[in-house]
Parts: sequence; structure tokens; C-alpha cells
Amino acid sequence: MSINVEAARRMKTTFLEFEQPIAELEAKIEELRFVQDDSAVDISEEIERLSAKSLALTRDIYGKLTPWQIAQVARHPQRPYTLDYIGHLFTDFEELHGDRQFSDDRAIVGGLARFNGQSCVVIGQQKGRDTKEKILRNFGMPKPEGYRKALRLMQLAEKFSLPLFTFVDTPGAYPGIDAEERGQSEAIGHNLYVMASLRTPIISTVIGEGGSGGALAIAVGDVLIMLQYSTYSVISPEGCASILWKSADRAGDAAEAMGITATRLKGLGLVDRVVTEPIGGAHRDPRAMALALKRVLAESLRQLAELSPGELVARRHERLMAYGRFKEQAAS
Amino acid sequence: MSWINKLLPPRIKRSESTGRKAMPEGLWSKCLACEVVLYGADLEKNAQVCPKCGHHHRLRARARIDLLLDAEGRFEIGAEVLPVDPLKFKDSRRYADRLNAARDETGEADALIVMQGAIKTVPTILAVFEFGFLGGSMGSAVGERFVRGVRAALEQSLPFICVTASGGARMQESLFSLMQMAKTTAAVAELGACRLPFITVLTDPTTGGVSASFAFVGDVVIAEPGALIGFAGPRVIEQTVREKLPEGFQRSEFLLAKGAVDMIVDRRVLRDRLAGLLSLLLKAPAA
Repeated sequence: MSINVEAARRMKTTFLEFEQPIAELEAKIEELRFVQDDSAVDISEEIERLSAKSLALTRDIYGKLTPWQIAQVARHPQRPYTLDYIGHLFTDFEELHGDRQFSDDRAIVGGLARFNGQSCVVIGQQKGRDTKEKILRNFGMPKPEGYRKALRLMQLAEKFSLPLFTFVDTPGAYPGIDAEERGQSEAIGHNLYVMASLRTPIISTVIGEGGSGGALAIAVGDVLIMLQYSTYSVISPEGCASILWKSADRAGDAAEAMGITATRLKGLGLVDRVVTEPIGGAHRDPRAMALALKRVLAESLRQLAELSPGELVARRHERLMAYGRFKEQAAS
Repeated sequence: MSWINKLLPPRIKRSESTGRKAMPEGLWSKCLACEVVLYGADLEKNAQVCPKCGHHHRLRARARIDLLLDAEGRFEIGAEVLPVDPLKFKDSRRYADRLNAARDETGEADALIVMQGAIKTVPTILAVFEFGFLGGSMGSAVGERFVRGVRAALEQSLPFICVTASGGARMQESLFSLMQMAKTTAAVAELGACRLPFITVLTDPTTGGVSASFAFVGDVVIAEPGALIGFAGPRVIEQTVREKLPEGFQRSEFLLAKGAVDMIVDRRVLRDRLAGLLSLLLKAPAA
């Protein structure tokens, strides 16, 4: 009994500020459930009614999220992280550690695994769940050694012709003294360079935060997928706001202006696929989320598998060269 | 930008005297490092390097090109590529207005100028960032100009040199800008596949998206003395680690000591050194 209570407590959804109406309703349902246990009156109908109402309310609120609210969902403390997806999507995961030069960066995880039985390589940024793990994972902000570990695994994938799946979830590459000393810029740039012509399929999925160059450093590939409430941007909304609006409080405006959401980026042609999330976000039902993502990953891999390595790299190059909007005018 | 500018046809003024605005107006200026008062023309003749203390002041892109390339046989690549405002971005000011203002201030249409020419008769493609144009930030037009320069190098089997001076990716083009990091670096990878030399010259400042893309994948990476070079800006790092940064942190000399760059080269001999490096890489006989 006590274990169940503990489990239930742990499973309890954390609600974001804009979800407060849902939180209140859920609290009421919880209270009724508690009463029901030793009540003579059957109140299950009332519980059902309230649950339906809560669902409708969630659907309603999530139907009109602002970009800034979506950024909050992308950073939700209960959002599934890379290792959660690896657990759901892959089998026989063998984590491989270290960059062979300096250390093992726990903000990036990766290794060999099977996807639908087929060998592959997986790489992703990893955030921590509790305080201890958050520190261990450096809040999902990789240092050069993390990107170099990723590079090593990319080259392993190429060597054995294994498809590469990457999962993006980082506020950004770590902006610290040690990271600068060990060449953060070089580590990221080198990955971009190698990924551009890696002779194996690369399928990248933004599962949470896609924070700038630190995200891109594992996300140059053949297919770019975003979960519905994930974000991808050149700078964090707070960073953008503090530079352009001179105040981090204007993050909402910056999020709006930069167009950081999956649907907006899909509309701009920068993202290939958007995977719909369960009502209320991926954290409400990680298993369903993973299942939906798995279908899209399988489909993407099937399409890429038809191409020879040469065709694959040529196609990727073409994709990369097509990025950008500009106009052309004969110089007068 | 007032309404009247919208009514009048745009006048793209390409002044002949580029590079002159690099320093404050007036006959006399002060060295930013040793504060010695200098005659403006002297400083200009010395490529904006202080004759007293050797401090390298920022140099306009056109002046840089004049400094490095032979006078004859130059032509510009990618000048037809112009920036647009794909997101209709507006902060305290509209991006479109910022672009116009930057154009009026610098006489350039965007922050990268690509020129085909020769360094001491060695044919080359030279791409130079204009920091005066929105902090040398890299948006779609910059990325496309860069790629067209690389393409020209590939087509004619020429080396490609890029002189950077940039705060990073251009925020106002958001993810389009971020993708320019992947685009430019992928183009550079083509140079590598064709065994064509790619040399970068990192000047003050080189940070963010330009630093973290093609800047450090050069076959030879050169830094100018005292330049600020890094992934994150010092202010961001200070806020993150909450401590004062050590003296000289993220300066060229620091990067050389950490093994991040190959050499530091004084601007006044840069042309000679580049010519020498190119001739070594291209296996040309000694001059």
C-alpha cells in the first residue's frame, strides 16, 4: 500500500502556471478519489464527469498555447528525456562512454542499440531529473568532450554502416570557462563538418529544447523531426530578449518573434515532420509519445535505406545548401 | 526610418572611400589600447594598427580586401545576394529598418563581402566579414554569399580564405541563421574533399555561430593579436559561472596557448604570410 502511495505521489503531474485551472480540477478529482475509498455514497460518476471536464479543459488550453508557453512545456520537469526514449524505442542499448581524450560528458549519452531489431547508433543530450542528476548531467549542456564523444560515435556509425538516430534536448552548449579552454567552438564546428558528409543515414529528433549551436552539433542530417511541443531556436527566448529588448522579461515577445515552435518551423520549411503529442504534452503519456515517434522514425529510416551512401550524402548536401531566404538582384 | 524613405526610391550608395569610417571622424584619434593620440591618416596607412603599441583596431572589410589582395584582377562574388526579412521580425525596431540603417552606415548590403583575386599573384577567393554591419552577424544572405564563394573556388580549383569578425548568427532570422552554420560548414567540407586549402583568419571579435561553425575547421587557423575569440561571449560566461574571468581569457594569445589556433599574425605582415602559406599548401616553388 505504502509503495503504491509513494508511486502515485511520484507520478503526480507537475502543472505549469498556465495549467492552473487544470491543476485545480485535478486536485478536486484527487480529493474525491480519496473520499470514495471509505464513502458509502458512490461518487464515481462525479469523478468521471470531472475527469472528462479536465480533459476537455486540457485540450482547450493546449489548443491555443503561445510560443512561450510551448517553451515551458518543452522544458517541463517531467518531460521524457533521451534515455526515456531510448528505453521505449530501442532494445539492446549498450552505452558507450568518453571521448578518449579528456573525459566522459554525462550531458550527452550514446551508444549501440537495435531499432526494430536492426543495429544502429543513438546519440542524445541528456538532462537530469533530480538535483543530483541535474548537476551530473550539467542541465543538459554539453562541453567539448561531449561533442567529441558524439563525433566518435558518428564515425563508428559510418564505419559499420549503421543508421544514426540523434535526440536533441539542450538549453545550449555549456558557456563556461573550462568549455572555452578546451575548444567548444571547434568541437561544435567539427561535428557540423563531419555530419555534412557522413556516409550513413542521420535522423534527428528535437524532443525538448533545441538550443542553438549546441543542438545543431548533433542535428545535421537527412531528416529533421520535431515533437509538437518542442522548440528549436538560434538563441533562447530569454537571451534574445535581453539583447534586443534589453530585458529578459520580454522572453514571450522574443519567442513569438523568432518562431521557435515545431508548427511554425514546419511552415517555414525548416523541419520535415512534426509528431503530435498526447493531450497535455509528452509527459502525460510518455509511452504513447514514444510509440507515435517510433512510427515516424521507422518510416524515415525506410525511405533513407533505399539510397546509396553516395546518393544520401548528395541529397543531404542539397538540403543544407537550400537553407536560407534571400533575394537576388543584379548589382547596379 | 521615417515614412519619407518609403516614398523615395532606395538609393544604395556605394561610396568609393570605404574603410574611412572605421575610425571616429576627424583628423586625430586615440589608440584604444595605449591612448596615444594618432594622426588619422597615419593609422589608416598602418592598417589601423597603432604604430606605438601595436594594438589592432577593427578594420573595415573593404580596407581588409585592399590590404590583402593584389590591386588588379579583382571581382566581387555574390553581391547580387541580398537579405530579406523572412519572419517580419520586430523587436524595439523592425529588422527591415535595421538592415536599411546598416546599409546606409556601411555602404554594404550585408555583412560578408566575397572577392576573387590574387594574393601576391596567387589566385584565391577571399571572404571578409564586415563587423560594422549588424555586428557581422550571419544570416541567410551571408551564408549564401559564403557558399557562392566556395563554389567559385571549387569550380576553378582555388584556395578559399575567410577573415571573420562576427558576433555570431543573426537573431532576426532565427533558425534560418542557425542553419547557415550547417550550410557554410558543409560547403567547406566540399573544399576539403577536393583538397583545396581553406584558411581562416579570426579577427576581433569572432564568437557564437561563426566561431562554432567553419572558423576552426580551417586547414590553417590564424588569429590577429589580441582578438576576442570564443563560443560564448564573456558576459554570458560571467553570468553562468558567477566569477570574474581571468585576464586575457578568450584572447588570441590564450587560444594559441590552449592549442586552438595555429598562429598569431600581425596584420601588417598578414598578406606576406598568407601568400607564403598558400604557396606551401599548393606546393608552389618558393618565391
